[in-house]
Amino acid sequence: MKKEREVIVETTNVKKYFPVAHNQIVKAVDGVSLKLYKGETYGLVGETGCGKSTFGRTLIRLQNPTEGTIKVKGKDISNAPEKELGDLRKQMQMVFQDPFTSLNPRIRIGDMLMEVLKIHGIGNSKSEKMAMAMEIMEKVGLRTEHFYRYPHEFSGGQRQRIGLARALILNPEIIVCDEPVSALDVSIQSQIINLFLDLQDSDDLTYLFIAHDISVVKYISNRIGVMYLGHLVEEATTEDLFSHPLHPYTQALLSAVPEANPHKSDKQRIILKGDLPSPIDPPSGCVFRTRCPYATTLCEDLKPQTLDIGPEEGHRVACHMYAEKHYGTTGAMIEAKGKELAVAK
Amino acid sequence: MEKNNDLLIVENLTTTFNTERGKLKAVDGVSFNVKNGEILGIVGESGCGKSVTSQSIMRLYDEKKFAEFKGKILFKGESLFDIPLPKMRNYRGEKISMIFQDALSALNPVFTIGEQIREPLWIHHRMKKDAAKERAIELLTLVGIPDPSKRIDQYPHELSGGMRQRVMIAIALACSPELLIADEPTTALDVTIQAQIMDLIVELNKKLNMGVILITHDLAVVAETCNRVVVMYLGQIVEEATVTEIFDNPMHPYTKGLLQSIPRISDEKQERLFMIPGTVPLLSNVPHGCRFAERCKYAEEACRQNNQDLESCGGAGHKVRCWKAIKGIN
Repeated sequence: MKKEREVIVETTNVKKYFPVAHNQIVKAVDGVSLKLYKGETYGLVGETGCGKSTFGRTLIRLQNPTEGTIKVKGKDISNAPEKELGDLRKQMQMVFQDPFTSLNPRIRIGDMLMEVLKIHGIGNSKSEKMAMAMEIMEKVGLRTEHFYRYPHEFSGGQRQRIGLARALILNPEIIVCDEPVSALDVSIQSQIINLFLDLQDSDDLTYLFIAHDISVVKYISNRIGVMYLGHLVEEATTEDLFSHPLHPYTQALLSAVPEANPHKSDKQRIILKGDLPSPIDPPSGCVFRTRCPYATTLCEDLKPQTLDIGPEEGHRVACHMYAEKHYGTTGAMIEAKGKELAVAK
Repeated sequence: MEKNNDLLIVENLTTTFNTERGKLKAVDGVSFNVKNGEILGIVGESGCGKSVTSQSIMRLYDEKKFAEFKGKILFKGESLFDIPLPKMRNYRGEKISMIFQDALSALNPVFTIGEQIREPLWIHHRMKKDAAKERAIELLTLVGIPDPSKRIDQYPHELSGGMRQRVMIAIALACSPELLIADEPTTALDVTIQAQIMDLIVELNKKLNMGVILITHDLAVVAETCNRVVVMYLGQIVEEATVTEIFDNPMHPYTKGLLQSIPRISDEKQERLFMIPGTVPLLSNVPHGCRFAERCKYAEEACRQNNQDLESCGGAGHKVRCWKAIKGIN
């Protein structure tokens, strides 16, 4: 059944490097390949600095990828010229994290929404644009009298609704949500999460949901990808990821999530040693090896491939522990890897 | 008999701020106590007065112009509001210390972390440089910073977020305080680092038998670390109980709503999350009667007329500010 689902976005080996002082390079995203299926929510989790936001921004071409391809509905957009991006933005929109800085404080909400229509040449007359703006405001739970108000007159939750309205007014199919609820209070957060779900049901939207709050991602996502230091280390359906986390990093990450249940305090927690290495000088081989409790010399020498080797289909993990099982022996794996390198050359 | 066990008693604390738009009561009649060696959680959303409560205990607001305190705060039987303000310095950092949310802005960027840890030791104990340095290394080891003798000569910007938070804890612990106030100590940190820091606070609480007030908006953190919880809403305490009581048997509709509206990692997926309608009212426009009434689905006319006091309900120190819950309706 999974194979029949329409792939709406496909990234292959996307990399985003930033040059910094002293001729050094920050490898923010270092080879991420994933697919988004139509109508699903793909949750991207990871800690600060793992490159999840950079990946989201690169995906909709707010930044140009250093390497790799991004296909939207089969069309390669990774090098599309600026002129063609207008069309792309009609299909793909973004909701930002901070509802306080992502809205221009000097523009009324209504004008902000109508500006989007103007830029994309939608709607003939001003009154038509206004009607469209009103309609979208109602859809996200804002009242019509909010049309003439400025951002400072709204609370955090309402501003996030405005951010959503601005993204939705072009009727996009894909929305990249970068930490959309992390700045909100608990009682407001649940309102916005429910709004995301309602809109997905009514408009058949595809979400790339980037967040560090794993409980929220678990709730909203169909599939989840775990990122560490610019790499996608594991990917699986939500149920599968939580019942069988394979990558040692995923295991540690999930075990660290606090639970709102005082009776479950005996939970075994995997405490990771040390800090995240610098993305300027990432470790050789597997990027997680410096903090991994199972690291061997193989992890130092060879970068693990992302292989679909989980107990269920579509459970991809980049870790030698499972690759060995996949290839039978370590030797066979290195041989296979060698062949691959030869082919690449 | 129980009185002897109380480290801190807050009685009817009211903090009023003089602002351009008139007086705002950020904390309105808050009473609670912290026992020796206990971790008390204060939870609530932004603007509920949880941070103001903690900073009022330390008297960190400008009392000449800006803030007015009413009520009583007894620390080991001594009234903190009765001692002259300059003398408060003998308490801050020595007997009561505080960890702030944002470690980067709480640490001074132009001093090394060693100097910042030594400062309270010098102020309170007149400890000489060599002894203080030794103590600083000891503290950094205690909070789990590797290679402490090298780290003490580094500046805050050279450390990661988790490390900075550990340094803050080391500074707070320098004089072995009897009460530690942790104001959202892990909010700015990632989950794996959060787990490390919370484990550290619990461990130190047990090892040093130090009372802790943990201020947070994260109910999951409360569930894993606290003994008792106080839930605040718009400047008032709406419910107080032990952690297990709060999670098993929440009584106030606000507490119930909060607990239902968080997605939980171990739960089966529900269709939609529970929502508390509306938003928190502004402090300048506090509703008459029960402050939660306009967002409460059980509210009726009587709720809007009278403000219920916090009353004991059920056993084990469970208190709630809702007449319907007390009478057992709903």
